[in-house]
Amino acid sequence: MTAFLRGAFSRLRGKKRPALAAAATFLLALPAVAADIPLPDRRSGYEFMGPDTRAMQDDDTQNPATLAVLEGEALWARKAGAAGRACADCHGDARESMKGAAARYPRFDDAGAGPIDLEGRIMQCRARRQEAPPLARESRELLALSAFVARQSRGLPVADAVAADARLAPFLERGRALFRRRQGQIALSCAQCHDDNWGKSLAGNAIPQAHPTGYPLYRLEWQSVGSLQRRLRNCMIGMRAEPYAYGAPEYLDLALYLAWRARGMAMEAPAVRP
Amino acid sequence: MTAQALIHFPKKARRGEVIEIRTMISHPMETGFRRTQQGEPIPRNIITAFACRYNDVEVFRADLFPAMTANPFLSFHTVAAESGTLTFTWTGDDGFRVEERAKIEVG
Repeated sequence: MTAFLRGAFSRLRGKKRPALAAAATFLLALPAVAADIPLPDRRSGYEFMGPDTRAMQDDDTQNPATLAVLEGEALWARKAGAAGRACADCHGDARESMKGAAARYPRFDDAGAGPIDLEGRIMQCRARRQEAPPLARESRELLALSAFVARQSRGLPVADAVAADARLAPFLERGRALFRRRQGQIALSCAQCHDDNWGKSLAGNAIPQAHPTGYPLYRLEWQSVGSLQRRLRNCMIGMRAEPYAYGAPEYLDLALYLAWRARGMAMEAPAVRP
Repeated sequence: MTAQALIHFPKKARRGEVIEIRTMISHPMETGFRRTQQGEPIPRNIITAFACRYNDVEVFRADLFPAMTANPFLSFHTVAAESGTLTFTWTGDDGFRVEERAKIEVG
């Protein structure tokens, strides 16, 4: 253990003990087994935002994610890679061909024998069909393309991918287990905030229900567009857990569980969040 | 990748009508106050000025500073005087310069 950590722990043992004890009492007071939110009680994160942020999301001329959508539209038509093909050469007009596509992800990928998310599919298509150099997760180009594709599903219901493909069932269970597993230095689970305490506040911010209906989205705190995996990474850092690497199977299992949990809710990508 | 600019205003207006113009441009607006994880300062990279000309008459100008958001959104009003071209110019650090033009029809 480093001197820094030793120092931190001795400070905790010394002065901060009452606060730590209070935090522990708070955590113990939370129900041990999380219950799913009843379907009619589900709320998009949109409903926890103020009127200004809602207006920003609702108006494409004010939504900063529109810039990413426009960039994605340009990339969609641009030839790339050794195959010299653009997305549009196979898929045509995205407004038709990609309608509802993002609402069906994550779905089962035969090659990976597990769930694949929209970003993963775009990366795969780029490697196989365009024979182009890979785009990194959270790169500007990949976010632009996924924002453009996801935009074509706005207003459509999130599909129940597990009902459509039973091979996803074990991954859904893994995602559910991850969501409910206490983790990190403060031993908190996703469910303790997002199932049991949604609508209350955490350090002045409303706790939403964690429905992934708006990704990729523009987060004011980030000052940029980011993916669901970036958001999950943020939450894990907040829980003082070690985040997984981008593209890790754990994120895909979690994304699958979150999408299943939001099944039937309206897609709002690219959304704006505070 | 060049910066994406988004400009919105009514393409047709009545003479004398007050119109709202909304602009947004993709830009990181890096403040110059941040450091990398290695402690190296990240150089300032912001848009410093924005101007809108209406048939070569400047109708709006703004100076921008490090405290402003990434992808700055500016909305302002002008009077639709005559048909012509609106020219929008963003200039900034590292020789950043984007110029966009759009037609307006005034009847």
